Amino acid sequence: MNRSRLILAIVLLALLLFSMFGERAFAQNFSYYYAVLMQIGINIILGASLNLVNGYTGQFSLGHAGFMAVGAYASASWSDHLDPIFLNALGGSANPVAVNIVFLVSMLFGGLLAAVAGLIVGIPSLRLRGDYLAIMTLGFGEIIRTAILNIDFLGASRGYSGIAPYSNLFWTYGVAAVCIYAVLALVNSTYGRGFLTVRDDEVAAEAMGINTTKYKVIAFVIGAFFAGVAGSLFAHYVGFLTPEGFNFFKSVEVVVIVVLGGMGSTAGVVLTAAMLTLLSEAQRALAHTSFVPPQYRGLLENRLILYSLLLIIFMLTRPQGLFGDLSAVHKRLIPKKGTGGAPVTPPPMPPAT
Amino acid sequence: MEQVTLFLQQLLNGLSLGSIYALIALGYTMVYGVLRFINFAHGDVYMLGAFTGYFVAPQVAKVFSHGRDESFTMQNTFSILAGAGIVMLVSMIVCAAVGVTIERIAYRPLRERPRLNVLITAIGVSLFLQNMTQYFLGAEPKAFPQLIPVQAVPGLGDLTLLTTQAAIIGSTVVLLAVLWFIVMKTKLGMAMRALSVNPTACSMMGVNNDVVISFTFALGSALAAAAAVLVSLDSPSISPLMGNLPGIKAFVAAVLGGIGNIPGAALGGLMIGVLETLVVGYLRPELRDAIAYAILIVILLFKPTGLLGKVEREKV
Repeated sequence: MNRSRLILAIVLLALLLFSMFGERAFAQNFSYYYAVLMQIGINIILGASLNLVNGYTGQFSLGHAGFMAVGAYASASWSDHLDPIFLNALGGSANPVAVNIVFLVSMLFGGLLAAVAGLIVGIPSLRLRGDYLAIMTLGFGEIIRTAILNIDFLGASRGYSGIAPYSNLFWTYGVAAVCIYAVLALVNSTYGRGFLTVRDDEVAAEAMGINTTKYKVIAFVIGAFFAGVAGSLFAHYVGFLTPEGFNFFKSVEVVVIVVLGGMGSTAGVVLTAAMLTLLSEAQRALAHTSFVPPQYRGLLENRLILYSLLLIIFMLTRPQGLFGDLSAVHKRLIPKKGTGGAPVTPPPMPPAT
Repeated sequence: MEQVTLFLQQLLNGLSLGSIYALIALGYTMVYGVLRFINFAHGDVYMLGAFTGYFVAPQVAKVFSHGRDESFTMQNTFSILAGAGIVMLVSMIVCAAVGVTIERIAYRPLRERPRLNVLITAIGVSLFLQNMTQYFLGAEPKAFPQLIPVQAVPGLGDLTLLTTQAAIIGSTVVLLAVLWFIVMKTKLGMAMRALSVNPTACSMMGVNNDVVISFTFALGSALAAAAAVLVSLDSPSISPLMGNLPGIKAFVAAVLGGIGNIPGAALGGLMIGVLETLVVGYLRPELRDAIAYAILIVILLFKPTGLLGKVEREKV
């Protein structure tokens, strides 16, 4: 554990130094690459946090964009209304420390509100079997979108504009590092083994005295929190929010990241978040080259065609994802060959019920 | 008296909307009954049903007008009903084939895998159908040809029942009767019911489970296609994303009735339709789509098995 804490600290320090000295010049000179980097960072946070719910705990949430929207709008609105007061108290917007503190508070507010939303959605649906959660979270995402469309001070359908551009690579990748660290530390702790048992066999977990609903709700709330923080980073980066940006398809994008990366493999999900972001950029670039006849351009420009195919193909041929391990259940059923030592005898197949 | 008439009118409108939800919900509930998973692509099969009707209708019109006319202006009642019926039937057959194909390609290889995998595949299939339709036919809504002249059915006093609404309610009654006959009186129907009770025992009794599952998908998809053609009679604007909302609402209807329970799905569909119409009429029209989710939350909190569902113990 100490080593990973050290890595975390070094990463954060390097990012801090970069954001202090090199970032502004980089953002100005390479604005496209900067945008892609920010997008990758935000996708990493979204993927890693959803992985806690969909991967490690074996639940299925389709509402990550909804939590992201809650965080984005909450923190944008917080920054809009309360930042001037805080900044005045802390010595004006010229003071970089004050600005960053203000941003941190705003991000935490966004995350907390998203976590509360997660709690409200999670408690009724997580008492039941997995499929219900998918529908409930899907519905929640739609409700949030409709609600924002009808709330005037959040800009309704006009969108929310003029959000202070606080986000930078330090905060984005800093939060990503904290998120990855938190998920890994949680899952690898004694306490966190509960998440895995819930995924592997809910009935057995319950028989061992594990409060499965509690674990599911905790995973869900933490996931929602980080989605909210990712939302606030996004809001303070693009400076303009529309409810349409957080629709069902945004949630699906995150699901694709988790499924392709390997449910329950943080390293895989992080890599896939980066790869998929780059892939869709490349796809868009490719669509406008002369290699692609104009009538096929639509196929490449619509990311969802590729994403849906990837989902189907991966589920059929490689359900563990690119980097994932086969789930523990699978391992038990397929004995390893040539591992030496006592042969692992599979338990007799239980009759299907 | 005004109030009573208004209420009855709302009820009538709700009934016609609810019939659509009921037809879609039956597909969800039957598939859930035999395979225990939510077929996310069901709403998109419904969408394909509408588009099939869109392409078939002009051809049928041509035949009925002896090749003179594609615009579907038919003269007598018989040819109107026969024409609309044929369009619906073709659409149902096409969608039944689509449903069976989806099951064969995407779901059957995953039969023994965790349910989550099948759910993810289903979402993939749903997105694939939507986006491919969008790619080939364009995202903008299309006008469904008018199969039945829209006018009020005479002889109802102050109430207005459009011919299209009458067609929806009437066809739903017929389809439900046919479904009841298939499920309760035929061997395949009996096999379906047996499969939903215990797949292993069912196959040991000599039932070919794969055939029954395919048949269930065909049946559910055909009902969804019928619903799509019927709904397009009443609101003739069809688009590749049209299946999403009715799909979710019909799923809520299936849960409300008790998922896996066939009469429950029909009942739930009608209830959701009526409730939605009442909310739009008496409360606020913006809540139209939110009401389904509100109902879902309430059921999940207080009666997760639905109105007619049975408690199912999870066995190891």
